[in-house]
Amino acid sequence: MLQLEQVGVSYGGVHALHDVSLRVDTARVLGLIGPNGAGKTTLVNATTGLAPLATGSIALDGARIDGLPTHRIARAGIARTYQNIRLFGVLDVRANLAAGAFARPGRLTEDAARELLERAGIAHVDLAAQASTLPYGDQRRLEIARALAAKPSVVMLDEPAAGMNPSETTRLVETIRAIAASGIAVLLIEHDMALVRAACDSVVVLNFGEVIARGTPAEVARDPVVVEAYLGSGAETLA
Amino acid sequence: MNALLDFYAKHSQLIDQIGINAILALSLSVSLQAGQLALAQVAFMGIAAYVSTILALNAHWPLAATIVAGVVASTIVAALLAFPVRRLRGVFLAIATIGFGEIVRVFANNLAITGGAEGISGIPNDAGTGVIYASLALVVLALFALSRTRFALAVALVREDEHAARGVGVDVGTVRLLSLALGGAIAGLGGALHAHSSNFITPADFGFATMEQVLVWCVIGGVTSPLGAVLGAALLSILPEVIRVLADYREITNGVILLAVILFVPGGIASLWRRGAVRVRV
Repeated sequence: MLQLEQVGVSYGGVHALHDVSLRVDTARVLGLIGPNGAGKTTLVNATTGLAPLATGSIALDGARIDGLPTHRIARAGIARTYQNIRLFGVLDVRANLAAGAFARPGRLTEDAARELLERAGIAHVDLAAQASTLPYGDQRRLEIARALAAKPSVVMLDEPAAGMNPSETTRLVETIRAIAASGIAVLLIEHDMALVRAACDSVVVLNFGEVIARGTPAEVARDPVVVEAYLGSGAETLA
Repeated sequence: MNALLDFYAKHSQLIDQIGINAILALSLSVSLQAGQLALAQVAFMGIAAYVSTILALNAHWPLAATIVAGVVASTIVAALLAFPVRRLRGVFLAIATIGFGEIVRVFANNLAITGGAEGISGIPNDAGTGVIYASLALVVLALFALSRTRFALAVALVREDEHAARGVGVDVGTVRLLSLALGGAIAGLGGALHAHSSNFITPADFGFATMEQVLVWCVIGGVTSPLGAVLGAALLSILPEVIRVLADYREITNGVILLAVILFVPGGIASLWRRGAVRVRV
């Protein structure tokens, strides 16, 4: 369980995040949505130790992690994927998975590697293939497999559906639900409202670094404040 | 058998030189594999060469002890150098480390204990072919053993993407420090052997020209391949001997070969046998 309490992040005089509290529960998917520049990626960066907190605290399963260096936070059990894919491109698929399992004791066996690919929905991928030569959608899923290799308690997915077509996105929902069902707390940062509605148990909406709404996906989509933030005033509803 | 002995008698100096150069190439290869363009190898070489020479001549230590002391000194200096350069990357790291090499050279040029610009002569020629190649074998074995550890995976990850490496739990600062210290240790070994296989050392032995040569060996061999680095060092050490006319134009030859490799075989010699994805045996 990941808990953010009144988190604030400032870049110079700009409040990138202000007084943000949220909780990602084990075996649940929390969606984090908001217009461009709302502070979604800043929230991920703050959680992974890349952006220092001005206020508030972040705890993983009750233990404070804010202030720790990035690699210690990763070792504590928070894995992530990146908005712009950051695989170890020249390395093969297996080495990328071994990289994900870096903080875990022992070797990553071939069976374990195949199981990770299967959980990420890319069982067909060859372990010896060079990561950067995989099709785009497979690279996105390999990043998810790499995150799972760490056996994390929290996974943060930063726009995993970016660049995917609708049928790929639909399949991604199953993958995300299965990850949560395996006992992992999932934070899903996403623009695609259809994916958010299908995959998330609850949603937090950010705008200008502040939480403007929270609730189930259906509630949030009907919320006039959210609709205005996304589409401007006068719009009826969010799809 | 006699032919072999004849060959050795004729070329023993070159054979020794190739062994030492291979060690130096491996020392730089260690930092390059971690993605660190740290070019202070000549500083570590020089420190170990002077330490081991001074201990041999003034304190009459045995060869092995002077080499170990030299390597310890160069390793410590390399590890300490890791702190001031910890935020530098790429060409900035290269400039800072080249600068450090120059500082060491200028010190050697001016200190009394290092003999100033004239250097130190009368060093016993006690590191023969056997000692040099045993040292090279030791380095190769150590690097091979390391290549099967988690450290090798960490090094590859830091090279490919430092940011993503942190994200999977790699302590990038420690990996950089260890690879710099390991490179410093191996360069120190090469420097100490250099001192004990030539009669004298001068600060000019440890100048930028030497550093540039080591870099050229690694680039020609393939920057992330230890075997390539060794082959690059051997090839460029033999070339001026085989083609005598090149010996006087060593720097020019090096430059032309470097350009040709960068233009036509950017992966270096290693790319001739390496195909596809890089594997990490972890």
